[in-house]
Amino acid sequence: MQLTILLPAILNGLLTGAVYALIALGLTLVYGVLHIINFAHGAMLTAALFAAFFMHKLLGVDPYIAVFFLAPAFFALGYALQRFVIGPAAHGIDSNILLVTLGLSIVIENAMLHFFRADTRTIDVAYAFDVVPIAGAYLSVPRLVGFAVAVLVALLLSMLLTMTDTGKAIRAVAKEKLGAELCGIDVAHVYAVTFGLGAACVAVAACLLIPTYYVNPHVGNAFVLIAFTVVVLGGMGSIPGALIGGLFVGVVESLCGLYLGESLGQIGIFLMFILVLLFRPSGLLGARA
Amino acid sequence: MSHTFNSLNRRRFLQSSALTVAAAASGTLAAPAILRAQGGAVKVGLLQPVSGALAYSGQQGRLGASLAVDEINAAGGIKSMGGAKIEPVLGDALSTPEGGNAEVEKMNSAGVSAIVGGYASNICLATTQTAARYELPYLVDVGVTDAIVTRGLKNTFRFGPGFGVIAKTALANLIAINDKAGKPAKTVMIVHEDSAFGSGLAKLLNAQLPAGGFQILETIPHPTPTRDFNNVVLKIKAANPDIVIPANYYNEYVLLARTMQQQKVRPKAAIYSVLGGAASSYKFVKEFPEAAQYIMDCNHWFDPRNPKALALKKKVEAQGQFFTYEVYLNYSSVLLLADALERAKSADRAAITAALASSTFAGHVMPYGPTKFVDGQNQGAAPANTQVINGDIQVILPEAFASAKPIYPLPPA
Repeated sequence: MQLTILLPAILNGLLTGAVYALIALGLTLVYGVLHIINFAHGAMLTAALFAAFFMHKLLGVDPYIAVFFLAPAFFALGYALQRFVIGPAAHGIDSNILLVTLGLSIVIENAMLHFFRADTRTIDVAYAFDVVPIAGAYLSVPRLVGFAVAVLVALLLSMLLTMTDTGKAIRAVAKEKLGAELCGIDVAHVYAVTFGLGAACVAVAACLLIPTYYVNPHVGNAFVLIAFTVVVLGGMGSIPGALIGGLFVGVVESLCGLYLGESLGQIGIFLMFILVLLFRPSGLLGARA
Repeated sequence: MSHTFNSLNRRRFLQSSALTVAAAASGTLAAPAILRAQGGAVKVGLLQPVSGALAYSGQQGRLGASLAVDEINAAGGIKSMGGAKIEPVLGDALSTPEGGNAEVEKMNSAGVSAIVGGYASNICLATTQTAARYELPYLVDVGVTDAIVTRGLKNTFRFGPGFGVIAKTALANLIAINDKAGKPAKTVMIVHEDSAFGSGLAKLLNAQLPAGGFQILETIPHPTPTRDFNNVVLKIKAANPDIVIPANYYNEYVLLARTMQQQKVRPKAAIYSVLGGAASSYKFVKEFPEAAQYIMDCNHWFDPRNPKALALKKKVEAQGQFFTYEVYLNYSSVLLLADALERAKSADRAAITAALASSTFAGHVMPYGPTKFVDGQNQGAAPANTQVINGDIQVILPEAFASAKPIYPLPPA
């Protein structure tokens, strides 16, 4: 296959991968601190996509502006969910948390199915088909924006974790819950903040996706499977790992789509998932074995 | 034993009452109240995928069918049945075969005399078979897969052409256009959706195009819905075919055309669609005139010489809707059914089936030959070739009612 189409395919893959990374960031953050796998992540993404969709459809708010409302709103929602639903229901038992988040995802998804029906909906923004020519490829503007924002969010999250008190508290709780509590850290609050951050990541991803993607009540599932792959690939709980893993998965998907066809494009991702689980279960940048 | 009997009854009761509520909620016209007074309504199921990936086409189809029902009822209903009005029972196939089947079951228990619709091939394949179990006459509105009418189902009729006929016509017309221009095109790429409609059509084209002197560089399938055609367009760019043939549903067609425009990929000779989901849609042409410019299509088209067709077009456009093929195919199919009801003189399913089978109906709006059903397929059905020229859709073939000469090969950008 010629370089003229290989290069654009790789660039497109990188751009898509950045959004995968953003979704995986929320997942990996929650895992790194709470040590739980959040099954409600996909449902939250769907909810965020619907929120962005209706803000555009009903209020005429551009998704790139809506992000400034939705990210804080989803932070609050995530905070409340962890503080008042998941936390109390789990009683600190990991398997309970797993079941609670799974239950939440079913509730959220079916509520949306009830209210919004199974329709696949899209929005039409003026810039959806704008392109920038880069290295012989015409790259779509919304995807470039998505890439830039995803990298920025990853950077901000890294800085938050290393440089702020909240970040230090999160890391302390992740390392040694009891020790952190003894030092006066409000563990329940830190848990909820972390969950809120994960939800905010999802809201940002939704606003970046909606200009070129569609929404229906099941759309989150496709992403959450990919996000899990990214998290496993990059290493559970690792932020740079999620970013690199996301970009890698994006490229693999794009190249598989190119060589195997659109119908089979996602096969590559899941083959890779199995290979990683077999040969490097802790992931590329995973700290824990 | 008695338990089963009871639960069956209850289920049927629940189904039919749920349907009544659903029909009332979705605003089944104002007719039923008047109908009950007369006591002689004929229930007809109008089945369309009005939600899901095919929602737009389904809504257009429902519009066409409803317009025909309104016209028939306004003109005094079915005269041979004492002016019985047609009572539409609306159903949503949810864009899936399972959804369609569930609606057929509901319509059957609601006591419809016939069903019109289905739209997508995979939905029609399922729904006709389910309807056949109840010997329920079924008029396929679009569903182009030939298997729909070749399985020997006695209840199934299709007024429009199947893709066998369409592919044959499309190929003959392509050869004619290409020959007339001095054979500028030799290589072809096919982009098709991967369900019964697109895959079946691609298979037909793969068999027939080489015989017409064309070389097929690649055949690319994609699922419905697809929201990213970058890879497909990159492949087209790499292979650089003279002609691109898309065969997919509306949303994907629009996205493919827009992505080609975005990536500045333009085949040398033509984008020549065969049953392109949007290629001869006024909606597409109006919303994206640049992406649509010069696209050719071999597809369903109304008869522009028929005043009834032009009146319908005016009526649809007056409602702020686009006059798409779903509209006039469903409109014609409902009129065809009404004619059969008129001759059957009863709401009896077997009588309607017999009347449909012997139909020679001519009051439709399509440019077809005489109506004659052989094994459920209307032998008169035929497609037309269109081209988008400067924001309008012109018929380029057949010459009998062509409104413009083809612009082929594509003029330099």
